[in-house]
Amino acid sequence: MTLNPNLQPLQLFAMDVDPFAKDEIFISGLPDYLKQFDRQRGQLIPILQKVQQELTYLPAEALQAVADYLEIPVAEVYGVATFYNQFRFNPPGKHQIKVCLGTACHVKGGDIILENFERKLGIKEGETTEDREFSIERVACVGCCALAPVVLVGEDVQGHMAPSKVEGLFVRIQVEKEMAQRKKKRHETGE
Amino acid sequence: MMVTIEVNGRQLTVKQNLSVLQACLENDIYIPNLCFMEDMPHPPASCRLCFVEVAGMQRPVTSCTVKVAPAMVVKTDTPAVRRLQRSGLRFLLSVHHVDCQNCPANKNCELQRLARFLKIGLKPKHLENHLQDIAIVENHAYLTYYPNRCVLCAKCIHACRMSHGHSLISFVGRGFNTSLSFAGICDFEQTACNTCRSCADICPVGALVLKTACER
Ligand code: SF4
Ligand code: SF4
Ligand code: FES
Ligand code: FES
Repeated sequence: MTLNPNLQPLQLFAMDVDPFAKDEIFISGLPDYLKQFDRQRGQLIPILQKVQQELTYLPAEALQAVADYLEIPVAEVYGVATFYNQFRFNPPGKHQIKVCLGTACHVKGGDIILENFERKLGIKEGETTEDREFSIERVACVGCCALAPVVLVGEDVQGHMAPSKVEGLFVRIQVEKEMAQRKKKRHETGE
Repeated sequence: MMVTIEVNGRQLTVKQNLSVLQACLENDIYIPNLCFMEDMPHPPASCRLCFVEVAGMQRPVTSCTVKVAPAMVVKTDTPAVRRLQRSGLRFLLSVHHVDCQNCPANKNCELQRLARFLKIGLKPKHLENHLQDIAIVENHAYLTYYPNRCVLCAKCIHACRMSHGHSLISFVGRGFNTSLSFAGICDFEQTACNTCRSCADICPVGALVLKTACER
């Protein structure tokens, strides 16, 4: 890959910009951003990787921009991007739920746990809730098969998952959120 | 340049550059096939149905990828060949929603023809039926796609490429979830699809069909 040394990754992402607006700004700047790459079909995967690094996911508009830049049909970009597990098409949620479907977890009913999360959140594996609070994905063995079935919420390992625990998890997340809010409020009002 | 080969005991004199599959088909010797198209420089050999045995080769080979050679001896109907073809077809049917009564391809369907030829039922007994969640894709103004009828032969993609220089449609996903996608076809191109129709015409099953006037 020939990177133009003068081009820096876009520095748009101040913490207080809301994620939706932030994505839009980056996407509208994509045609310029892509100029650092050779206009060659072989650059497709490196480009997709770079764009995902910046955006954390690959929205349809970004795939279109990449197709336009490389002058290939967008269908081809989709074909390549959906083939590889490393690419995602929805933004990761604030709480990323990763359901293990490795061999051990699969045998222990990991697919039922996955279904529980999907039903609870009303999204499918690979998708993100509209408020970007939660996303669900399936992963292969996370290395603690003794605890199967396993779910990762963010970095937290939840072992021996059961449908009832799925419910409990959301209650806990909600409680933690409220606690954080109260704390913030106390802090602000200086109590 | 012509070469003479022997197929099932019969002598055929055919053009040099032909694949064994093409040579046989041109001489009315049928070999099951789904993904082969004459004008493809590199056959994908993805359907795994066109097996034959060639003297001197250890295992059955896909006849779409083997070129004829002088004095080649080919057999198209050995037990080993048929076994491979039947398994291949059973696997295809195990991911197929068999509902011929409600399918526009009924009676003009390559899968039905293959099943009859290989003498197997359309509903394989020993394999679980594994269907995709999305049964019908309708986000194209003039085409409807049925993932659970598609045999992933890629003929439509090739036909589209031949008509337009590049293909507007493409496979997405992989493994059991592979399916055709209309992603990124703009309105203008969709309208053009209505007059082109190469993809729907070439589909050997009922997976890619034109919408009727009232379905639009
Ligand atoms: S594609 Fe062929 S086998 Fe499948 S439902 Fe239609 S007619 Fe039957
Ligand atoms: S839609 Fe038809 S032509 Fe296209 S890959 Fe599927 S079966 Fe083949
Ligand atoms: S299979 Fe789930 S942790 Fe190993
Ligand atoms: S026709 Fe040879 S593998 Fe499909």
